[in-house]
Amino acid sequence: MPASPVFAFNPQDVLRFLPEIILTVMGTLLMVLDPLIHKRSSNAFGHISLLALAAALGASVYAYSIGGPAFGGMLMVDGFATFFRVLVIVVGILTILPSYRFLARQNAETSEYHALLLFSIAGQSLMAASNDLIMVFIGLEISSIASYILAGYLRDDKRCNESALKYFLLGSFATAFFLYGVAIVYGLTGSVNLLTIRRAVLHQAAGDPIFLAVAAALMFVGLAFKVSAAPFQIWAPDVYQGAPTPVSAFLSAGPKAAAFAIFLRIFVTAFSPIGNRWEPLVWTCALASMCIGNFAALLQTNIKRMLAYSSIAHAGYVLVALTARSDTGTAAAMFYLASYAFMNVGAFSAVTVLTGKGERYQSIDDFKGLGRKQPLTAALFSIFLLSLIGVPLTGGFFGKFYVFKAALDSHLYWLTVLGLLNSAVAAYYYLRILVVMYFQEPGEATNAAEPLSPGLRLALLVPALGTLFLGIFPTWVLEFAGKSSAIVK
Amino acid sequence: MNLLTLVLALPLAAFLGALCLPRSSSGRTSRVWALVSSLAIFATSLGLLAWFDRTAAGEQFLLDVPWIGTPNIHFAISVNGVSLWLVLLSTFLTPLCVLISWNSIKDRCKEFYAFLLLLEFGLVGVFLAQDLFLFYVFWEVCLVPMYFLIGIWGHDRRIYAAVKFFLYTMAGSVLMLAAIIYIYNKTATFSYPAILEMLANGRLTFPAGEQMLLFLAFFIAFAIKVPLFPLHTWLPDAHVEAPAAGSIMLAGVMLKMGTYGILHFCLPLFPSAARACAPWIGVLAIIGIIYGSLVALVQPNLKKLVAYTSVAHLGFVVLGIFSFTQPGLDGAVYQMLNHGVSTGALFLFVGIMYERRHSLEIADYGGVATVAPWLSTAFLVTTLASIGLPTLNNFVGEFLVLQGTAIANFTWTVWASLGVILSACYMLWMYQRVFYGVAGPEVRGHIPDLNVREWAAILPLIVMMVWMGVYSQSFLPPVGKITASILEQTNVNVPYRVSLPTKPPKAPPAAPQPTEVADAR
Repeated sequence: MPASPVFAFNPQDVLRFLPEIILTVMGTLLMVLDPLIHKRSSNAFGHISLLALAAALGASVYAYSIGGPAFGGMLMVDGFATFFRVLVIVVGILTILPSYRFLARQNAETSEYHALLLFSIAGQSLMAASNDLIMVFIGLEISSIASYILAGYLRDDKRCNESALKYFLLGSFATAFFLYGVAIVYGLTGSVNLLTIRRAVLHQAAGDPIFLAVAAALMFVGLAFKVSAAPFQIWAPDVYQGAPTPVSAFLSAGPKAAAFAIFLRIFVTAFSPIGNRWEPLVWTCALASMCIGNFAALLQTNIKRMLAYSSIAHAGYVLVALTARSDTGTAAAMFYLASYAFMNVGAFSAVTVLTGKGERYQSIDDFKGLGRKQPLTAALFSIFLLSLIGVPLTGGFFGKFYVFKAALDSHLYWLTVLGLLNSAVAAYYYLRILVVMYFQEPGEATNAAEPLSPGLRLALLVPALGTLFLGIFPTWVLEFAGKSSAIVK
Repeated sequence: MNLLTLVLALPLAAFLGALCLPRSSSGRTSRVWALVSSLAIFATSLGLLAWFDRTAAGEQFLLDVPWIGTPNIHFAISVNGVSLWLVLLSTFLTPLCVLISWNSIKDRCKEFYAFLLLLEFGLVGVFLAQDLFLFYVFWEVCLVPMYFLIGIWGHDRRIYAAVKFFLYTMAGSVLMLAAIIYIYNKTATFSYPAILEMLANGRLTFPAGEQMLLFLAFFIAFAIKVPLFPLHTWLPDAHVEAPAAGSIMLAGVMLKMGTYGILHFCLPLFPSAARACAPWIGVLAIIGIIYGSLVALVQPNLKKLVAYTSVAHLGFVVLGIFSFTQPGLDGAVYQMLNHGVSTGALFLFVGIMYERRHSLEIADYGGVATVAPWLSTAFLVTTLASIGLPTLNNFVGEFLVLQGTAIANFTWTVWASLGVILSACYMLWMYQRVFYGVAGPEVRGHIPDLNVREWAAILPLIVMMVWMGVYSQSFLPPVGKITASILEQTNVNVPYRVSLPTKPPKAPPAAPQPTEVADAR
């Protein structure tokens, strides 16, 4: 049994925990302020949450400068944690930008939307920094419960309700799996601290290896659900389709990034000694996600559903990087998630521009002639789509490039070839959107589309610049990811 | 910052400039912008020719700037005796494309010319890149503008053609990406000259099986682009549906990305695999020549006919490359340029005819010669060039290719010569049906002769056809230096070539042959 850590209060611990504190406090504040702020100036909620996120962003960077373990090793503020904290906070900012116009359009401007978003981000940020299975679980729950409600935010909408219910039922089921795994691991090693578990596994002091494998598999199932990897992807299309579009954007990037952070932490840290046991599992999952995601997306007519399947496929690409089980693989996964966050949130924001009141226009055909009616929206949407295809000079291309490079480094030849062929298949359904936007004449939806509001313009421009930046000058982000991936152990 | 950087950067700058034109500006503004900038780019690239050292072999105007730290990617560009001509071909054809689109493109002018300039940027980049990663980037960058050019401004089935074009090329090139990454993992560099040096001094070898797979990964990507039979099916669709300028760039330059890639990358990197596959590829090339010619013979559609002649002509290029002889390689390169000029001109004429008569069916024409004599004359010169009449450009290229294949494998020559005969059949028959006979009322009423703008687009091409046919010495010497060094490189790192007993006795006579040819010319 490891000696129980001494919990002495250390002011630095609080500073390392500052981003989560800011987000929670501001979220609560928003709820309190709700009655005080007049409905007319409802943009104020958005401004306050942007402010909170900006402050949290600053706090994360500050926490990195005084990095180290906090609260007796329950949290670990290192480069890896900071990377994902910054990532989920940026996703939050990118979600709020299109939300202004979206909420106004649905007459649903309330503080709870923003408060829930902040709570969810706080949970994800906690996940990114946790180094202890209990903290992981708490973060996961904070993040998930807030996102269940967000998915059903438009409560008069049937699809929205279906989305929330489905997400909640399947999500809690998956969390239970995860928790079961945690319980077994605790039983085997007597600890929930990842580093202690790793030591125990390494010295084969973790009891029966079969039980350990079962525990790893259970946790894998829970996390695979959260990242919507096949065969646990069933919920994603319904949830993304039903949820309010900015929330779909958020769900497809934020919780996924945080879940992958945990995935990497647990499997690359604690379970890395039994890596050759779980590698086939992840290998299969990666391939299945890519194939199911891409081939199912070919058949979709609803754009949100199509993007949902595409996000399943992209989870598959990240799993390829995980299968590589190397530092380059971890760095590739981190880089991929960053570029994926930009391009996918951007794509959903572009969808937000068009959906209209009550989200009437969701069909791919509704984008007919957008290139003629709203050249800027169409051009920026094209950048996101080309990035999702993986055309050079976009972040998506470099992400794929690093992922498959890491896979080849680890001699995963078949997975690489199949994955690359998959990405050629994927080109087809992304091109379909380009086809309707540019090669067809405007239809009802594009004619009815309102002009681009400043918030939406920003919501498209920022991720587009991010995508291009990661595609042309990836060095900076990649070097940071590479540096942090080595720290994980 | 040397001249080469300028040649590469100007199209990008022109593209961004075109994007920045205000939306309210008329189509004329963007046309003039595109014409002026593309002429400026051409002038700059002529400077490249002036300062190019024709006596030296190897890469010139080297520029090597680190781009990304890990993995080690450099922005490395340079030009050699082969890529110089291909760059010039791209910059030469772009202003002609602008001229030919002057009246036919009315919708979304700004975007059209912007994409044309972006395409030029990508094409120039492909021929200049000396870093495998950079090469791949440019390779894919070319895809996007061409996709939009076909999809937005094409004919009826444009969407199908555009998507097919994109997917075919994409599917081929992802495997090339895998091969590029594999080579990087083995050598820790993307720099092409560095990899060649490692191969030359034996620090890097590809074992037979591995070499074969890598060769195929590269070759399939290139073969799709060429296109080599049976991977050619995207080409007729893309050519027919593309607007005139798109067809010209596609046939004139984009197809050469494939043959250039084979010549520049496949042969030096994987010589033994290339030699091992040569018999198969040669047969495919010959099938392409004959099949392309036969299909062209029965085409009722003018543009499709010209598209299939491309399949046949590019078959010659591939055949020349895989003959592994000096005249064969020289001829292949020369044929790439010839095809760019003469087929570019053919597509240009087809565009002019379509603009007048709004039909691509051969049956809708007839007797054009009586109403538009100058158009017919110019078309005849181009037709004869395409057939390979002596004193016009294609003759030189085809002759060299056939000579090269005769050294390597005489049976190939016999079969390939059939293609030359067939080309006369389909071209002349087409010419007869379109230009001779009695002019119908539509033809009489709708087909005026060439105007000044069209002359300006056509005359340079005809001058080039004659010049390249009469005095090939102004083009071939730099090419010969590069092809000679490529041939030399194919002799490096060939572990199992010795096991082919029939080749070595034939090889010695191959050596003096080229010099005789050079004298004969």
